[in-house]
Amino acid sequence: MPRVNAILAGFLRHAILLFLAVIVLLPFAWMISTSLKPQAEVFLSEIRWWPERLHVIENYRAAFEKAPLARFLLNGVIVTVSIFVLQVLIALPAAYALAKLRFWGRETVFALVLFCILIPPQAIAVPLFLLFHHIGILDSYAALILPFTISVFGIFLMRQFFMTVPDDLVDAARMDGISEYGIVWWVMLPTAIPAVTAFGIFSVVAHWNDYFWPLIAVNSKHLFTPPVGVATFRNEEAGTDYGPLMAAATIIITPLILVFLVAQRRFIEGITFTGMK
Amino acid sequence: MVDASLAPQAGYHRPSRAIRAETYKGSWLNERTALMLLTPATSLMGLLLIGPIVAVLLMSFTDYQLGAATWSFVGIANYADLWTDKVFWRALTNTLFYVGIVVPASVLLGLGIALLIEAGTTLRAFYRAVFFIPVMATLIAIAISWEYMLHPQFGLINLMLKAVGLPTYAWLAEPELALTTLAVIGVWQLFGFNMVLFLAGLVSIPKHLYEAAEMDGARSAWSRFRLVTWPMLGPVTMFVVLISAIRSFQVFDTVHVLTKGGPSKASEVLLYSMYTEGFEFFRSGLAAAIAVVFLAFVLVLTLIKSRLIERKVHF
Repeated sequence: MPRVNAILAGFLRHAILLFLAVIVLLPFAWMISTSLKPQAEVFLSEIRWWPERLHVIENYRAAFEKAPLARFLLNGVIVTVSIFVLQVLIALPAAYALAKLRFWGRETVFALVLFCILIPPQAIAVPLFLLFHHIGILDSYAALILPFTISVFGIFLMRQFFMTVPDDLVDAARMDGISEYGIVWWVMLPTAIPAVTAFGIFSVVAHWNDYFWPLIAVNSKHLFTPPVGVATFRNEEAGTDYGPLMAAATIIITPLILVFLVAQRRFIEGITFTGMK
Repeated sequence: MVDASLAPQAGYHRPSRAIRAETYKGSWLNERTALMLLTPATSLMGLLLIGPIVAVLLMSFTDYQLGAATWSFVGIANYADLWTDKVFWRALTNTLFYVGIVVPASVLLGLGIALLIEAGTTLRAFYRAVFFIPVMATLIAIAISWEYMLHPQFGLINLMLKAVGLPTYAWLAEPELALTTLAVIGVWQLFGFNMVLFLAGLVSIPKHLYEAAEMDGARSAWSRFRLVTWPMLGPVTMFVVLISAIRSFQVFDTVHVLTKGGPSKASEVLLYSMYTEGFEFFRSGLAAAIAVVFLAFVLVLTLIKSRLIERKVHF
């Protein structure tokens, strides 16, 4: 009897989880399904997952013709990579100083870091917008990148990590005559690769998907990031031509999902690790 | 022999390191190094975080408008305006309503699914990945798919309801439904994040606690959950509730793309109000006042969260 119960419980577990998985994937499936359909089959009063007449090439070509999707994706890469590289360049030395050096004002600086973590980015959008307006850098890559070059969360995360690195390692490096800057990049960074990777995943996912700031910061189409680009495409289409629109949405969504599926374990660990701080 | 030959070396190293640490501490060189390492970070913090947060507070007491020739301090006039503004109250209550749906639903769903995944040994990674996809996927793109799914005539949802003989709705166009529909999309997007936090919490519960509970007579899965899992997950749950509340308080993307706060302000939320005042009408002072209200709510939640982390929540 217990054996039968166990099999039944296992069956029930899969039944519930599979059912929920189907619901969760429904918007993706419907999006892809619609991206294959000709307009006549989009406006149907019955559920049709696979079109009678495939319109794949037409829809995807139309999507690329109506909107510079490749440009949006390229912008997404430029912006997220620049943000991450600058975040690391700026946060790592600061994190090292806060974790391993003793100097006047250290507690104050760290308290400021903790204070800045509390600031949600949307709350300071108005003054940042005005600042960028006055120095004349709105509607540029700089406007998209600059606000996120400083990651106080990154400083905090890396500082916590550096605290666990033994002082002996730092001292040995000093004995070898390595400068403090050299220690950051040649001694501390290699020990911190897992934490930097986790932070990188967190940073790239957040800024690839960010909609609020790019919406405010730029209004030239050639600077649009993927979310702003696809939202604009949708406004221009205004619900008339769903095939190409869903093709565009599929194209915008695919890169990150693919990277996720390839490295899903690392992604989930990274987001869990940063999410718990 | 090896030990003996290493011993003097170790003995030689130890005091020297101690001395070096002493001289290093507080030395002029150290101050200069720290300054060099910290200056990029602290100056950007001042320019891009602390400056703007002070500015937003000050601006909320002015009538500053982008493009206007002059501006002046107006005291609490902006806040007084908000106090009497029906749309602002609507935005505030709508935001709280949204948070009130998304937080419990996404926490319970996240917990339930995490428990189900951990209850067996097969297909764990598969389920975990599937439920995590909405967290990663670009919300704006998938919101457009949701919009079409929710289309009153040709949307998948209504077609499915019709197929089984249930009534259909204009999900995003009816004032009573729009905000709840957005909240469902919010839950769909967020629960996978909560799930991975719960999974991390579940893994860290020592297995011997379950064995002990079983020996003490906790035979059913429910009693094991009640006696071991739930108390051990308590702090994690508090944390997940707070982080979900902070995230759902920031709802903006779906509102901006799908409803524009409508129909007739039924889905107006705080950040959307701030956005329209600040970046469509350029009434910066008023937008700053809304930002301050938004900030106050998020700040309280974030402070409680940091307090929890300080008390060493174990995962």
